[in-house]
Amino acid sequence: MGMTIAEKILAAHAGADTVKPGQYLWCKVDATSGHRLADLEALGVDRVWDPERVFMIDDHQAPPPTVAAANKVRELRRLIKKYDITNYFEYGRGGILHQVFAEHGMYAPGDLVAQCDSHSTAGGVFNACVTNANLDAVHVLAFGELWFRVPASVRVVLDGTLPAWCVGKDVILKVAGELGTDFGLYKSVEYVGPVAGQMSLAQRWTVSNMGVEVGAKFAIFEADEKTDAFLAGRLDRPYRHVTADPDAAYEAEYTFDLSDLTPMVARPGDPGNGVPVEGVKAERVKVDQAFLGSCTNARLEDLEVAARILAGREVHPDVRMLVSPSSQEVFGEALKAGYLETLVEAGALVEHSTCGPCYGGHLGVLGDGETCISSSNRNFRGRMGSPLADVWLASPATVAASAIAGEIVDPREYL
Amino acid sequence: METVRTGRVWKFGDRISTDFMVPGHRVLANPDLSSDEAAGFCMEANRPGWASEVRPGDILVAGINFGCGSSRNGSEPLKALGIAVVLAESISRIHLRNAVNTGLPTLVAPGIAGFVEEGQSLEVNIVTGEVKNLDTGALLQAEAWQEGTPPYEILMAGGLDAYMKAKLKERGLVAN
Ligand code: SF4
Repeated sequence: MGMTIAEKILAAHAGADTVKPGQYLWCKVDATSGHRLADLEALGVDRVWDPERVFMIDDHQAPPPTVAAANKVRELRRLIKKYDITNYFEYGRGGILHQVFAEHGMYAPGDLVAQCDSHSTAGGVFNACVTNANLDAVHVLAFGELWFRVPASVRVVLDGTLPAWCVGKDVILKVAGELGTDFGLYKSVEYVGPVAGQMSLAQRWTVSNMGVEVGAKFAIFEADEKTDAFLAGRLDRPYRHVTADPDAAYEAEYTFDLSDLTPMVARPGDPGNGVPVEGVKAERVKVDQAFLGSCTNARLEDLEVAARILAGREVHPDVRMLVSPSSQEVFGEALKAGYLETLVEAGALVEHSTCGPCYGGHLGVLGDGETCISSSNRNFRGRMGSPLADVWLASPATVAASAIAGEIVDPREYL
Repeated sequence: METVRTGRVWKFGDRISTDFMVPGHRVLANPDLSSDEAAGFCMEANRPGWASEVRPGDILVAGINFGCGSSRNGSEPLKALGIAVVLAESISRIHLRNAVNTGLPTLVAPGIAGFVEEGQSLEVNIVTGEVKNLDTGALLQAEAWQEGTPPYEILMAGGLDAYMKAKLKERGLVAN
Protein backbone atom coordinates (compact mmCIF):
# COMPACT_ATOMS: atom_id res chain seq x y z
CA MET A 1 0.00 0.00 0.00
CA GLY A 2 1.33 3.41 -0.96
CA MET A 3 1.61 6.37 1.36
CA THR A 4 0.12 9.86 1.48
CA ILE A 5 2.35 12.94 1.77
CA ALA A 6 1.93 13.07 5.56
CA GLU A 7 2.62 9.36 5.94
CA LYS A 8 5.82 9.66 3.92
CA ILE A 9 7.07 12.63 5.92
CA LEU A 10 6.25 11.05 9.29
CA ALA A 11 7.81 7.73 8.28
CA ALA A 12 11.00 9.49 7.19
CA HIS A 13 11.24 11.27 10.53
CA ALA A 14 10.56 8.12 12.54
CA GLY A 15 13.12 6.07 10.63
CA ALA A 16 10.37 3.73 9.44
CA ASP A 17 9.81 2.34 5.94
CA THR A 18 6.06 2.55 6.15
CA VAL A 19 3.53 3.85 8.63
CA LYS A 20 -0.22 3.64 8.82
CA PRO A 21 -2.96 5.79 10.36
CA GLY A 22 -3.46 5.32 14.08
CA GLN A 23 0.15 4.30 14.70
CA TYR A 24 2.10 6.17 17.39
CA LEU A 25 5.58 7.35 16.52
CA TRP A 26 8.44 9.21 18.07
CA CYS A 27 9.70 11.50 15.31
CA LYS A 28 12.75 13.67 14.89
CA VAL A 29 11.52 17.21 14.41
CA ASP A 30 13.28 19.64 12.05
CA ALA A 31 12.43 22.86 13.84
CA THR A 32 10.37 24.44 16.59
CA SER A 33 9.65 27.85 18.10
CA GLY A 34 11.11 29.17 21.32
CA HIS A 35 7.89 29.90 23.22
CA ARG A 36 8.70 27.26 25.84
CA LEU A 37 12.26 28.32 26.66
CA ALA A 38 11.17 29.40 30.15
CA ASP A 39 9.76 25.91 30.76
CA LEU A 40 13.05 24.40 29.61
CA GLU A 41 14.90 26.60 32.06
CA ALA A 42 12.50 25.63 34.84
CA LEU A 43 13.32 21.98 34.14
CA GLY A 44 16.96 22.80 34.73
CA VAL A 45 18.13 22.20 31.14
CA ASP A 46 20.80 24.63 30.00
CA ARG A 47 20.90 24.03 26.26
CA VAL A 48 18.47 23.41 23.42
CA TRP A 49 18.95 20.39 21.17
CA ASP A 50 19.88 22.58 18.17
CA PRO A 51 19.95 26.38 18.59
CA GLU A 52 19.85 26.94 14.81
CA ARG A 53 16.56 25.07 14.50
CA VAL A 54 14.76 27.16 17.08
CA PHE A 55 12.97 30.26 15.76
CA MET A 56 11.50 32.97 17.92
CA ILE A 57 9.66 36.23 17.61
CA ASP A 58 7.29 38.29 19.70
CA ASP A 59 4.32 39.04 17.48
CA HIS A 60 1.18 39.14 19.60
CA GLN A 61 1.71 42.18 21.80
CA ALA A 62 4.23 43.70 19.49
CA PRO A 63 5.73 46.04 20.48
CA PRO A 64 4.62 45.77 24.12
CA PRO A 65 1.62 47.95 24.98
CA THR A 66 1.93 47.49 28.75
CA VAL A 67 4.67 47.22 31.34
CA ALA A 68 3.68 43.62 32.02
CA ALA A 69 4.07 42.77 28.34
CA ALA A 70 7.36 44.66 28.16
CA ASN A 71 8.70 42.67 31.07
CA LYS A 72 7.77 39.47 29.30
CA VAL A 73 9.75 40.57 26.26
CA ARG A 74 12.68 41.46 28.47
CA GLU A 75 12.57 37.95 29.89
CA LEU A 76 12.34 36.49 26.39
CA ARG A 77 15.42 38.39 25.24
CA ARG A 78 17.36 37.05 28.22
CA LEU A 79 16.37 33.48 27.30
CA ILE A 80 17.25 34.02 23.63
CA LYS A 81 20.80 34.99 24.67
CA LYS A 82 21.09 32.24 27.25
CA TYR A 83 20.17 29.53 24.74
CA ASP A 84 22.10 31.07 21.76
CA ILE A 85 19.01 31.36 19.58
CA THR A 86 20.15 33.14 16.41
CA ASN A 87 16.82 33.02 14.58
CA TYR A 88 15.28 35.71 16.76
CA PHE A 89 13.59 38.61 15.01
CA GLU A 90 13.40 42.00 16.68
CA TYR A 91 10.58 44.47 16.09
CA GLY A 92 11.16 46.11 12.74
CA ARG A 93 12.88 43.00 11.38
CA GLY A 94 10.11 40.56 12.08
CA GLY A 95 6.36 40.57 11.85
CA ILE A 96 3.98 37.64 12.27
CA LEU A 97 5.72 34.38 12.99
CA HIS A 98 4.20 32.17 10.30
CA GLN A 99 5.36 34.60 7.62
CA VAL A 100 8.70 35.53 9.16
CA PHE A 101 9.75 31.97 9.93
CA ALA A 102 9.07 31.04 6.29
CA GLU A 103 11.01 34.05 5.02
CA HIS A 104 13.99 32.85 7.03
CA GLY A 105 14.00 29.30 5.75
CA MET A 106 12.33 27.43 8.58
CA TYR A 107 10.20 25.25 6.29
CA ALA A 108 11.22 23.12 3.33
CA PRO A 109 9.35 20.41 1.45
CA GLY A 110 9.52 17.18 3.43
CA ASP A 111 10.10 18.89 6.78
CA LEU A 112 8.35 18.02 10.02
CA VAL A 113 7.94 21.12 12.18
CA ALA A 114 6.06 21.51 15.48
CA GLN A 115 5.76 25.03 16.85
CA CYS A 116 3.69 27.01 19.31
CA ASP A 117 0.80 28.60 17.52
CA SER A 118 -2.46 27.15 16.34
CA HIS A 119 -2.04 28.49 12.79
CA SER A 120 1.12 26.50 12.27
CA THR A 121 -0.74 24.48 9.67
CA ALA A 122 0.14 27.44 7.41
CA GLY A 123 3.58 25.91 6.85
CA GLY A 124 1.92 23.03 4.96
CA VAL A 125 1.93 25.29 1.92
CA PHE A 126 5.61 24.37 1.61
CA ASN A 127 4.80 20.69 1.12
CA ALA A 128 5.76 20.02 4.72
CA CYS A 129 4.10 18.64 7.84
CA VAL A 130 3.83 21.69 10.08
CA THR A 131 1.61 21.68 13.10
CA ASN A 132 1.06 22.99 16.58
CA ALA A 133 3.00 21.82 19.57
CA ASN A 134 1.95 23.73 22.60
CA LEU A 135 3.12 22.64 26.04
CA ASP A 136 5.15 19.82 24.57
CA ALA A 137 7.29 22.10 22.42
CA VAL A 138 9.56 21.97 25.46
CA HIS A 139 10.09 18.30 24.67
CA VAL A 140 11.32 19.33 21.22
CA LEU A 141 13.58 21.99 22.72
CA ALA A 142 15.17 19.39 24.98
CA PHE A 143 15.33 16.34 22.73
CA GLY A 144 14.54 17.40 19.14
CA GLU A 145 11.78 14.78 19.17
CA LEU A 146 8.03 14.64 19.57
CA TRP A 147 5.38 11.93 19.49
CA PHE A 148 2.77 11.81 16.76
CA ARG A 149 -0.19 9.63 16.00
CA VAL A 150 -0.22 9.06 12.25
CA PRO A 151 -3.35 10.85 11.06
CA ALA A 152 -5.79 9.56 8.49
CA SER A 153 -5.39 11.59 5.29
CA VAL A 154 -8.18 13.20 3.33
CA ARG A 155 -7.86 14.71 -0.09
CA VAL A 156 -9.56 17.87 -1.27
CA VAL A 157 -9.56 18.18 -5.04
CA LEU A 158 -9.81 21.79 -6.18
CA ASP A 159 -11.16 21.33 -9.66
CA GLY A 160 -11.99 23.61 -12.58
CA THR A 161 -10.61 27.09 -13.16
CA LEU A 162 -10.66 29.77 -10.50
CA PRO A 163 -12.68 32.76 -11.79
CA ALA A 164 -11.10 36.21 -11.84
CA TRP A 165 -11.33 38.01 -8.48
CA CYS A 166 -11.67 34.81 -6.54
CA VAL A 167 -8.65 33.87 -4.44
CA GLY A 168 -7.51 31.31 -1.89
CA LYS A 169 -9.61 32.93 0.84
CA ASP A 170 -12.78 32.45 -1.17
CA VAL A 171 -11.77 28.83 -1.76
CA ILE A 172 -11.21 28.00 1.90
CA LEU A 173 -14.39 29.81 3.01
CA LYS A 174 -16.24 27.71 0.45
CA VAL A 175 -14.57 24.47 1.60
CA ALA A 176 -15.14 25.21 5.31
CA GLY A 177 -18.69 26.37 4.57
CA GLU A 178 -19.59 23.13 2.80
CA LEU A 179 -17.62 20.53 4.75
CA GLY A 180 -17.81 22.19 8.16
CA THR A 181 -15.10 23.25 10.55
CA ASP A 182 -14.34 19.77 11.82
CA PHE A 183 -14.00 17.68 8.69
CA GLY A 184 -10.25 17.73 9.14
CA LEU A 185 -10.22 16.85 12.84
CA TYR A 186 -7.04 14.84 13.66
CA LYS A 187 -6.45 14.49 9.92
CA SER A 188 -3.91 15.47 7.33
CA VAL A 189 -5.73 17.41 4.61
CA GLU A 190 -3.99 17.37 1.24
CA TYR A 191 -5.08 19.94 -1.36
CA VAL A 192 -4.62 18.92 -4.98
CA GLY A 193 -6.17 19.54 -8.38
CA PRO A 194 -5.91 22.12 -11.14
CA VAL A 195 -6.90 25.09 -8.98
CA ALA A 196 -4.18 24.21 -6.44
CA GLY A 197 -1.71 24.57 -9.32
CA GLN A 198 -3.27 27.78 -10.64
CA MET A 199 -3.26 29.54 -7.29
CA SER A 200 -0.27 31.65 -6.36
CA LEU A 201 1.80 30.49 -3.41
CA ALA A 202 0.27 33.28 -1.33
CA GLN A 203 -3.25 32.06 -2.09
CA ARG A 204 -2.40 28.47 -1.18
CA TRP A 205 -0.83 29.83 1.99
CA THR A 206 -4.22 31.23 3.05
CA VAL A 207 -5.77 27.80 2.55
CA SER A 208 -3.08 26.04 4.61
CA ASN A 209 -3.23 28.79 7.23
CA MET A 210 -6.91 28.11 7.78
CA GLY A 211 -6.20 24.39 8.03
CA VAL A 212 -6.72 24.65 11.76
CA GLU A 213 -10.12 26.25 11.10
CA VAL A 214 -11.21 22.94 9.56
CA GLY A 215 -9.64 21.06 12.46
CA ALA A 216 -6.65 19.76 10.51
CA LYS A 217 -3.38 18.56 11.95
CA PHE A 218 -1.62 19.23 8.65
CA ALA A 219 -2.89 21.16 5.60
CA ILE A 220 -0.52 20.26 2.80
CA PHE A 221 0.01 21.29 -0.81
CA GLU A 222 2.26 19.64 -3.35
CA ALA A 223 5.39 21.61 -4.22
CA ASP A 224 6.01 23.15 -7.63
CA GLU A 225 8.07 25.91 -9.23
CA LYS A 226 6.15 28.54 -7.23
CA THR A 227 7.24 26.86 -4.02
CA ASP A 228 10.83 26.69 -5.20
CA ALA A 229 10.78 30.34 -6.31
CA PHE A 230 9.80 31.50 -2.83
CA LEU A 231 12.37 29.31 -1.12
CA ALA A 232 15.24 30.24 -3.44
CA GLY A 233 17.84 32.20 -1.52
CA ARG A 234 16.07 31.58 1.78
CA LEU A 235 17.27 28.02 2.34
CA ASP A 236 20.76 26.64 2.38
CA ARG A 237 19.85 22.98 2.59
CA PRO A 238 18.75 20.58 -0.11
CA TYR A 239 15.17 19.32 -0.19
CA ARG A 240 12.96 17.11 -2.29
CA HIS A 241 9.32 17.54 -3.25
CA VAL A 242 7.11 14.94 -1.60
CA THR A 243 4.20 13.48 -3.54
CA ALA A 244 1.65 10.88 -2.54
CA ASP A 245 1.91 7.41 -4.04
CA PRO A 246 -0.74 6.69 -6.69
CA ASP A 247 -2.19 3.93 -4.50
CA ALA A 248 -2.06 5.93 -1.24
CA ALA A 249 -5.11 5.44 0.97
CA TYR A 250 -7.30 8.44 1.70
CA GLU A 251 -10.10 8.20 4.21
CA ALA A 252 -12.20 10.54 2.10
CA GLU A 253 -11.94 12.60 -1.04
CA TYR A 254 -13.93 15.77 -1.64
CA THR A 255 -14.07 17.47 -5.02
CA PHE A 256 -14.99 21.11 -5.52
CA ASP A 257 -15.63 22.46 -8.99
CA LEU A 258 -14.58 26.05 -8.46
CA SER A 259 -15.29 27.39 -11.95
CA ASP A 260 -18.49 29.05 -10.74
CA LEU A 261 -17.10 30.29 -7.42
CA THR A 262 -17.97 33.87 -6.49
CA PRO A 263 -16.39 35.98 -3.72
CA MET A 264 -17.25 34.60 -0.28
CA VAL A 265 -17.69 35.96 3.24
CA ALA A 266 -18.08 34.08 6.51
CA ARG A 267 -20.85 35.42 8.70
CA PRO A 268 -19.95 36.26 12.31
CA GLY A 269 -19.46 33.49 14.85
CA ASP A 270 -17.71 30.72 12.96
CA PRO A 271 -15.30 30.45 10.02
CA GLY A 272 -17.60 27.76 8.64
CA ASN A 273 -20.39 30.31 8.08
CA GLY A 274 -19.29 30.95 4.48
CA VAL A 275 -21.80 32.37 1.98
CA PRO A 276 -21.41 34.18 -1.35
CA VAL A 277 -21.05 37.89 -0.70
CA GLU A 278 -23.57 38.70 -3.44
CA GLY A 279 -26.21 37.09 -1.25
CA VAL A 280 -25.31 39.32 1.70
CA LYS A 281 -25.34 42.60 -0.19
CA ALA A 282 -29.06 43.17 0.17
CA GLU A 283 -28.68 43.11 3.97
CA ARG A 284 -26.68 46.36 3.78
CA VAL A 285 -24.31 45.32 6.59
CA LYS A 286 -22.62 48.52 7.79
CA VAL A 287 -18.93 48.28 8.57
CA ASP A 288 -17.10 50.16 11.36
CA GLN A 289 -13.69 48.60 10.81
CA ALA A 290 -12.05 47.01 7.77
CA PHE A 291 -8.97 45.00 8.68
CA LEU A 292 -6.44 43.97 6.07
CA GLY A 293 -3.87 42.04 8.00
CA SER A 294 -2.89 38.83 9.85
CA CYS A 295 -0.94 35.76 8.85
CA THR A 296 -3.88 34.72 6.66
CA ASN A 297 -4.05 37.50 4.09
CA ALA A 298 -1.59 40.37 4.28
CA ARG A 299 1.06 39.31 1.81
CA LEU A 300 2.29 41.46 -1.05
CA GLU A 301 -0.39 40.48 -3.56
CA ASP A 302 -3.08 41.04 -0.90
CA LEU A 303 -1.84 44.60 -0.41
CA GLU A 304 -1.55 45.01 -4.17
CA VAL A 305 -5.18 44.13 -4.86
CA ALA A 306 -6.35 46.40 -2.03
CA ALA A 307 -4.25 49.24 -3.45
CA ARG A 308 -5.65 48.61 -6.92
CA ILE A 309 -9.21 48.81 -5.60
CA LEU A 310 -8.56 51.86 -3.40
CA ALA A 311 -6.49 53.80 -5.95
CA GLY A 312 -8.20 57.13 -6.59
CA ARG A 313 -10.98 56.23 -4.15
CA GLU A 314 -11.53 56.91 -0.47
CA VAL A 315 -12.23 54.85 2.59
CA HIS A 316 -15.83 55.59 3.63
CA PRO A 317 -16.03 58.37 6.25
CA ASP A 318 -17.64 56.02 8.81
CA VAL A 319 -15.01 53.31 8.40
CA ARG A 320 -11.55 52.94 9.89
CA MET A 321 -9.44 50.76 7.65
CA LEU A 322 -6.43 49.15 9.29
CA VAL A 323 -3.64 47.66 7.20
CA SER A 324 -0.92 45.53 8.80
CA PRO A 325 1.39 43.63 6.42
CA SER A 326 2.20 40.05 7.37
CA SER A 327 5.88 40.85 7.90
CA GLN A 328 8.25 43.78 7.85
CA GLU A 329 9.75 42.31 4.67
CA VAL A 330 6.33 42.51 3.04
CA PHE A 331 5.92 46.01 4.50
CA GLY A 332 9.15 47.09 2.79
CA GLU A 333 8.19 45.58 -0.54
CA ALA A 334 4.74 47.17 -0.44
CA LEU A 335 6.37 50.46 0.41
CA LYS A 336 8.71 50.30 -2.57
CA ALA A 337 5.92 49.19 -4.88
CA GLY A 338 3.85 52.20 -3.83
CA TYR A 339 0.93 50.17 -2.47
CA LEU A 340 1.18 51.64 0.99
CA GLU A 341 1.22 55.15 -0.42
CA THR A 342 -1.97 54.43 -2.32
CA LEU A 343 -3.59 52.98 0.78
CA VAL A 344 -2.57 55.93 2.93
CA GLU A 345 -3.86 58.38 0.33
CA ALA A 346 -7.19 56.57 0.37
CA GLY A 347 -7.40 57.13 4.12
CA ALA A 348 -6.28 53.76 5.47
CA LEU A 349 -4.23 53.52 8.66
CA VAL A 350 -1.08 51.55 7.87
CA GLU A 351 0.32 49.81 10.93
CA HIS A 352 3.49 47.81 11.32
CA SER A 353 3.31 44.04 11.01
CA THR A 354 1.58 42.64 14.10
CA CYS A 355 -0.98 40.16 15.38
CA GLY A 356 -2.58 42.96 17.42
CA PRO A 357 -6.00 43.51 15.82
CA CYS A 358 -6.44 39.90 14.64
CA TYR A 359 -6.76 38.49 18.14
CA GLY A 360 -8.25 41.55 19.79
CA GLY A 361 -4.98 42.40 21.50
CA HIS A 362 -4.29 46.00 20.65
CA LEU A 363 -3.92 48.48 17.76
CA GLY A 364 -7.53 48.09 16.64
CA VAL A 365 -9.79 46.34 19.14
CA LEU A 366 -13.55 46.30 18.46
CA GLY A 367 -16.09 47.91 20.79
CA ASP A 368 -19.58 46.77 21.73
CA GLY A 369 -21.90 46.42 18.75
CA GLU A 370 -19.24 47.22 16.15
CA THR A 371 -18.86 45.35 12.90
CA CYS A 372 -15.57 44.47 11.26
CA ILE A 373 -14.82 42.93 7.90
CA SER A 374 -11.52 41.17 8.24
CA SER A 375 -9.01 39.35 6.05
CA SER A 376 -7.99 37.23 9.07
CA ASN A 377 -9.03 33.70 9.92
CA ARG A 378 -11.25 33.67 13.01
CA ASN A 379 -14.59 35.32 13.68
CA PHE A 380 -15.56 33.68 16.96
CA ARG A 381 -17.43 35.93 19.39
CA GLY A 382 -14.97 38.14 21.19
CA ARG A 383 -12.06 37.24 18.93
CA MET A 384 -11.27 40.82 17.92
CA GLY A 385 -12.38 42.54 21.11
CA SER A 386 -15.86 42.95 22.50
CA PRO A 387 -18.00 39.79 22.57
CA LEU A 388 -20.76 42.09 21.34
CA ALA A 389 -18.91 42.88 18.09
CA ASP A 390 -19.45 41.10 14.77
CA VAL A 391 -16.54 39.88 12.64
CA TRP A 392 -17.03 38.89 9.01
CA LEU A 393 -14.20 37.10 7.22
CA ALA A 394 -13.40 37.88 3.60
CA SER A 395 -10.65 38.17 1.00
CA PRO A 396 -8.50 41.32 0.81
CA ALA A 397 -10.45 42.50 -2.24
CA THR A 398 -13.77 42.21 -0.41
CA VAL A 399 -12.31 43.99 2.62
CA ALA A 400 -11.05 46.86 0.45
CA ALA A 401 -14.27 47.22 -1.51
CA SER A 402 -16.35 47.16 1.68
CA ALA A 403 -14.09 49.82 3.21
CA ILE A 404 -15.01 52.12 0.34
CA ALA A 405 -18.72 51.33 0.39
CA GLY A 406 -19.05 51.46 4.18
CA GLU A 407 -20.96 48.20 3.98
CA ILE A 408 -20.24 44.66 2.86
CA VAL A 409 -20.13 44.57 -0.93
CA ASP A 410 -19.03 42.35 -3.77
CA PRO A 411 -15.52 43.40 -4.83
CA ARG A 412 -16.30 42.71 -8.47
CA GLU A 413 -18.25 45.97 -8.54
CA TYR A 414 -15.12 47.91 -7.66
CA LEU A 415 -12.51 46.29 -9.85
CA MET B 1 -2.88 7.94 39.00
CA GLU B 2 -6.35 6.80 40.05
CA THR B 3 -7.74 4.84 37.13
CA VAL B 4 -11.41 4.54 38.10
CA ARG B 5 -13.15 7.81 38.74
CA THR B 6 -16.72 8.46 39.79
CA GLY B 7 -18.40 11.84 39.68
CA ARG B 8 -21.50 13.85 38.83
CA VAL B 9 -21.85 15.20 35.33
CA TRP B 10 -21.90 18.69 33.90
CA LYS B 11 -23.01 18.75 30.28
CA PHE B 12 -21.88 21.16 27.60
CA GLY B 13 -22.79 21.41 23.92
CA ASP B 14 -20.84 21.26 20.69
CA ARG B 15 -17.72 23.27 19.81
CA ILE B 16 -16.86 24.59 23.25
CA SER B 17 -13.80 26.63 22.27
CA THR B 18 -10.72 27.20 24.39
CA ASP B 19 -11.80 30.87 24.47
CA PHE B 20 -14.69 29.80 26.71
CA MET B 21 -12.30 27.98 29.03
CA VAL B 22 -9.65 30.70 29.09
CA PRO B 23 -11.30 34.00 28.11
CA GLY B 24 -8.69 35.91 26.10
CA HIS B 25 -9.68 39.34 27.37
CA ARG B 26 -9.22 38.22 30.99
CA VAL B 27 -5.71 36.98 30.30
CA LEU B 28 -4.90 40.13 28.37
CA ALA B 29 -6.20 42.34 31.13
CA ASN B 30 -3.95 40.57 33.61
CA PRO B 31 -1.09 38.48 32.21
CA ASP B 32 -0.01 37.54 35.73
CA LEU B 33 -3.30 35.80 36.55
CA SER B 34 -2.64 32.64 38.57
CA SER B 35 -4.20 29.46 37.23
CA ASP B 36 -6.62 29.34 40.17
CA GLU B 37 -7.75 32.90 39.51
CA ALA B 38 -8.10 32.20 35.80
CA ALA B 39 -10.17 29.11 36.61
CA GLY B 40 -12.78 31.39 38.15
CA PHE B 41 -13.46 32.80 34.66
CA CYS B 42 -13.79 29.38 33.02
CA MET B 43 -16.94 29.20 30.83
CA GLU B 44 -18.11 32.60 32.09
CA ALA B 45 -19.29 33.65 28.62
CA ASN B 46 -21.28 30.51 27.81
CA ARG B 47 -22.29 29.48 31.34
CA PRO B 48 -21.96 32.28 33.88
CA GLY B 49 -21.47 31.12 37.46
CA TRP B 50 -20.48 27.57 36.51
CA ALA B 51 -16.95 27.82 37.86
CA SER B 52 -18.26 28.45 41.38
CA GLU B 53 -20.69 25.51 41.23
CA VAL B 54 -18.16 22.87 40.19
CA ARG B 55 -16.94 20.53 42.94
CA PRO B 56 -13.70 18.57 42.85
CA GLY B 57 -14.30 15.15 41.32
CA ASP B 58 -17.02 16.33 38.91
CA ILE B 59 -17.03 15.08 35.34
CA LEU B 60 -17.42 17.24 32.26
CA VAL B 61 -19.26 15.88 29.22
CA ALA B 62 -19.32 17.73 25.91
CA GLY B 63 -20.34 17.41 22.27
CA ILE B 64 -18.26 17.60 19.12
CA ASN B 65 -14.94 19.41 18.62
CA PHE B 66 -14.43 20.22 22.29
CA GLY B 67 -11.53 22.64 22.69
CA CYS B 68 -11.57 24.05 19.17
CA GLY B 69 -9.95 27.42 18.55
CA SER B 70 -6.73 28.80 19.94
CA SER B 71 -3.95 26.75 21.51
CA ARG B 72 -4.50 28.29 24.93
CA ASN B 73 -4.55 25.48 27.46
CA GLY B 74 -8.16 24.94 28.43
CA SER B 75 -7.31 21.91 30.55
CA GLU B 76 -5.45 23.97 33.11
CA PRO B 77 -8.52 25.78 34.49
CA LEU B 78 -10.57 22.57 34.29
CA LYS B 79 -7.95 20.75 36.32
CA ALA B 80 -7.69 23.67 38.74
CA LEU B 81 -11.47 23.45 39.27
CA GLY B 82 -11.05 19.80 40.19
CA ILE B 83 -12.68 18.24 37.12
CA ALA B 84 -11.73 14.54 37.31
CA VAL B 85 -12.44 13.43 33.76
CA VAL B 86 -13.51 15.05 30.48
CA LEU B 87 -15.50 13.05 27.94
CA ALA B 88 -16.54 14.47 24.58
CA GLU B 89 -17.94 13.27 21.26
CA SER B 90 -14.78 14.60 19.60
CA ILE B 91 -11.96 16.81 20.74
CA SER B 92 -9.67 19.19 18.88
CA ARG B 93 -6.19 17.83 18.45
CA ILE B 94 -4.50 20.77 20.12
CA HIS B 95 -6.79 20.56 23.14
CA LEU B 96 -6.36 16.80 23.45
CA ARG B 97 -2.58 17.13 23.54
CA ASN B 98 -2.80 19.93 26.08
CA ALA B 99 -5.01 17.69 28.22
CA VAL B 100 -2.51 14.82 28.12
CA ASN B 101 0.33 17.20 28.94
CA THR B 102 -1.64 18.76 31.79
CA GLY B 103 -2.38 15.32 33.18
CA LEU B 104 -6.17 15.73 32.97
CA PRO B 105 -7.79 12.47 31.78
CA THR B 106 -9.68 13.50 28.65
CA LEU B 107 -11.25 10.88 26.41
CA VAL B 108 -13.01 10.86 23.07
CA ALA B 109 -16.28 9.08 23.77
CA PRO B 110 -18.53 8.77 20.71
CA GLY B 111 -22.17 8.65 21.81
CA ILE B 112 -21.56 10.31 25.17
CA ALA B 113 -23.84 13.30 24.47
CA GLY B 114 -26.92 11.10 24.35
CA PHE B 115 -25.69 8.69 27.02
CA VAL B 116 -25.88 10.82 30.12
CA GLU B 117 -27.94 13.69 31.49
CA GLU B 118 -26.58 16.51 33.55
CA GLY B 119 -26.56 15.68 37.24
CA GLN B 120 -26.32 11.92 36.71
CA SER B 121 -23.19 10.12 37.87
CA LEU B 122 -20.63 8.28 35.80
CA GLU B 123 -17.93 5.81 36.63
CA VAL B 124 -15.04 6.10 34.19
CA ASN B 125 -12.04 3.83 33.85
CA ILE B 126 -9.49 6.15 32.29
CA VAL B 127 -7.24 3.27 31.20
CA THR B 128 -9.74 0.91 29.59
CA GLY B 129 -12.15 3.65 28.50
CA GLU B 130 -15.16 1.90 30.09
CA VAL B 131 -17.87 4.35 31.06
CA LYS B 132 -20.82 3.36 33.24
CA ASN B 133 -23.87 5.51 33.87
CA LEU B 134 -24.55 4.88 37.55
CA ASP B 135 -28.11 6.17 37.26
CA THR B 136 -29.19 4.05 34.30
CA GLY B 137 -26.66 1.23 34.45
CA ALA B 138 -25.85 1.73 30.77
CA LEU B 139 -22.30 1.15 29.47
CA LEU B 140 -20.33 3.04 26.84
CA GLN B 141 -16.87 2.48 25.43
CA ALA B 142 -14.64 5.56 25.15
CA GLU B 143 -11.42 5.57 23.15
CA ALA B 144 -8.76 4.55 25.63
CA TRP B 145 -5.13 5.58 25.40
CA GLN B 146 -3.35 2.34 24.51
CA GLU B 147 -0.86 1.20 27.09
CA GLY B 148 2.72 1.87 26.07
CA THR B 149 1.87 4.75 23.72
CA PRO B 150 3.49 8.12 24.43
CA PRO B 151 0.26 9.87 25.48
CA TYR B 152 -0.51 7.00 27.86
CA GLU B 153 2.91 7.30 29.47
CA ILE B 154 2.69 11.08 29.77
CA LEU B 155 -0.81 10.94 31.25
CA MET B 156 0.13 8.20 33.70
CA ALA B 157 3.20 10.15 34.78
CA GLY B 158 0.75 12.88 35.79
CA GLY B 159 1.53 15.19 32.89
CA LEU B 160 4.39 16.42 30.77
CA ASP B 161 6.34 18.06 33.56
CA ALA B 162 6.76 14.87 35.57
CA TYR B 163 7.34 12.85 32.41
CA MET B 164 10.06 15.24 31.22
CA LYS B 165 11.82 15.28 34.58
CA ALA B 166 12.18 11.51 34.53
CA LYS B 167 13.29 11.43 30.89
CA LEU B 168 15.84 14.21 31.34
CA LYS B 169 17.42 12.30 34.22
CA GLU B 170 17.43 9.09 32.24
CA ARG B 171 19.27 10.79 29.39
CA GLY B 172 21.68 12.54 31.70
CA LEU B 173 20.55 16.03 30.66
CA VAL B 174 20.05 17.26 34.21
CA ALA B 175 21.83 16.58 37.46
CA ASN B 176 20.06 14.12 39.74
S1 SF4 C 1 -2.12 37.05 12.88
FE1 SF4 C 1 -3.82 36.29 14.09
S2 SF4 C 1 -4.07 34.17 13.52
FE2 SF4 C 1 -2.07 34.82 12.80
S3 SF4 C 1 -0.64 34.23 14.41
FE3 SF4 C 1 -1.28 36.34 14.80
S4 SF4 C 1 -3.03 36.21 16.19
FE4 SF4 C 1 -2.71 34.18 15.28
